[in-house]
Amino acid sequence: MAMTDQAPRFVNRADQKLWFERIPAPWWALAVVLVFLPVVANSFWLFQVMGWTFILGMIGLSLMFLAGYGGMVSLLQMTVAGVAGYMVAILGTSGTVTVSLGLVWWIVIPAAFLIAALFATISGALAVRTEGIYTIMITLAIAAAFFYFTRQNYTIFNGYSGFNLVLPPQLFGVNWREPVPFYYLSLVLAALSYGAVVYVSRSPFGLALQGVRDNPRRMAALGFNVTAHRVAAYALASVFASAGGILLVWQNAQIAPGTIGMSAAIDVLVVAVVGGMRRPLGPFIGAFIYVLLQVFSPDILGFFGFSAERFKLIIGLGFLAVVLFSPDGVLGLWDRWRARRRQQGGQAGGGVA
Amino acid sequence: MDDIIKRNPLRSLIIAILIAVFLWLVFAPWPPELVAKWGRKQIFLNALLGGITLGALYFLVAAGFTLIFGLMRVVNLAHGSLFLLGGYLGYEISSLTGSWFIAFPVVFLVVGLLGLLMQRFIFSKMEGEELRQTLVSIGISIVLADLMLWLWGGQSYSILAPGFLTGPMELPIINSINASTGATNWLRYPAVRVWILIAAIVIGVAMWLVLNRTALGMLIRAGVDDREMLAASGVRIQLVFLAVFGFGAGLAGMAGIIGGTFQSLSPGEDTRFLLASLVVVIVGGMGSIVGAAIGSLIIGVTEQMGFVYAPTYSVVFTFLIMAAVLAFRPQGLLGARR
Repeated sequence: MAMTDQAPRFVNRADQKLWFERIPAPWWALAVVLVFLPVVANSFWLFQVMGWTFILGMIGLSLMFLAGYGGMVSLLQMTVAGVAGYMVAILGTSGTVTVSLGLVWWIVIPAAFLIAALFATISGALAVRTEGIYTIMITLAIAAAFFYFTRQNYTIFNGYSGFNLVLPPQLFGVNWREPVPFYYLSLVLAALSYGAVVYVSRSPFGLALQGVRDNPRRMAALGFNVTAHRVAAYALASVFASAGGILLVWQNAQIAPGTIGMSAAIDVLVVAVVGGMRRPLGPFIGAFIYVLLQVFSPDILGFFGFSAERFKLIIGLGFLAVVLFSPDGVLGLWDRWRARRRQQGGQAGGGVA
Repeated sequence: MDDIIKRNPLRSLIIAILIAVFLWLVFAPWPPELVAKWGRKQIFLNALLGGITLGALYFLVAAGFTLIFGLMRVVNLAHGSLFLLGGYLGYEISSLTGSWFIAFPVVFLVVGLLGLLMQRFIFSKMEGEELRQTLVSIGISIVLADLMLWLWGGQSYSILAPGFLTGPMELPIINSINASTGATNWLRYPAVRVWILIAAIVIGVAMWLVLNRTALGMLIRAGVDDREMLAASGVRIQLVFLAVFGFGAGLAGMAGIIGGTFQSLSPGEDTRFLLASLVVVIVGGMGSIVGAAIGSLIIGVTEQMGFVYAPTYSVVFTFLIMAAVLAFRPQGLLGARR
């Protein structure tokens, strides 16, 4: 048997493409558009639309990582983002001087990431005690408990009103809340998160996680620690969510229990599902659609004679339509459309030959 | 019972002592030292009774949720919306007809019918795809929540209870003994809450009887244990599913009327009761009616006690109970391991 096994074939240095040649052209186009967007777009588009898209996309990305590669649909990611955001407000400076500690940024930001990761790890360890559909219930319960806790606790979380005037530090003499710096900051963080997810999904850890998703018993029999992989996935996903949460606090300059409420937690799920949970790009597409709908719904609804408050109805119906007719989201629609095009092209080609 | 005591003598003794202390706390007049430490007995009793009635309400909501989950593996996250919808409809009907009682059968039928339609046209189309069913139920809850916000606005409503239910009634529990006259003060408690408790107990016992003593209950229990086998033996299982879904939804709707009578109805109550059902079902065990009853009682009493004795941390206690159950008994207190 060993005789028939093929030795691993080493790729020739010559036929291995350089890294930038392996990235397809549409990605380069997208990158150029995103980098040069501030030249054409006004500050509303940069700060509100694109900034919010990247933030929601990053939080959605952490859900996509858990759900797509780990098979764990967690409604906890908005809460993790909220923990990081709250930590920035509590440890750093805010308008609520009685609670905020006012530490320097290079303590505050790592501490926020660490505490959020700790929270995610503990909650993840609880959630992985059960499997499958129970995960949604448990993470939803934890998210709701944290929401009610922040709302009723005044000594740490300042209750209903939360924290306002939470501003990013003035690093390198740049005001990071200006539209253009904030746009680039969120773009870079979103791109880093995206790259990290793509990289991890191909790393040994990511492959083992996908194995755990597909068949936990077989992975356990092969000697992988299933529970540890799942908990580690929660911890890793918390990094992306925390980055999104900190940016969210800086963008709004405030955080309150409403930021991390049930509807926000469900919005993250909507974003990830609508975009598609198979690939890391999905959440960003979903977030872009969501933000566009949110921003322009008053005009659209006004056009059809409804009041602008019916935005949630559109989101809900759209989400229902996606779940009912295309469970793998917009990206799934795109994939199927391309497959059909290729099939038709192949048939046409065959006819000619 | 004797057998259990013989096997775990120490544990039985501790439980017996705890029960005795609890009964003493409830029925005996408190000595002044205890009052100095814990506050007046009335506060304790009110928190306890409030917790039990809240638990009764939670039970009515969670019973349908756990039954639907146990039988069909559908996590119906729109269950809270059915509760709130039932409450609003009950408010409309009782203020239109002026009768509180007419609201119950009408709401049961209307919300139950909605549940039937959901099961017939949506959930049964994607049987076995648990995640998709859950996502669909989330979508339904978003849509229902916004429709209700549209129709009934953001203000809060409360339903008026009929005359004989308003006002307090005396319970055979000593509140305090007047030191100078020696007269006994009996505990006075809102009548409507006592009746809600009784109604929940009656409904719970009736559900237990139906599940354990009738042919339909036999089918449902068989379906919870092994759905495929039941279908293979010739039972039209879709009809059983419809019956359970409709009943669970209708029960949630009726619970909405009760919730609107002794608390109030406003947007956000749907997620509150959905969360309560989730925690109750996680604590009590999925698919078990008795588990739902025990879970509701624990969560209700914990929540009220927390509100009275540690107002800014009360949610934490509920959460800690859930975490402890998940850590030591992930299938819930009375859940079967599958």
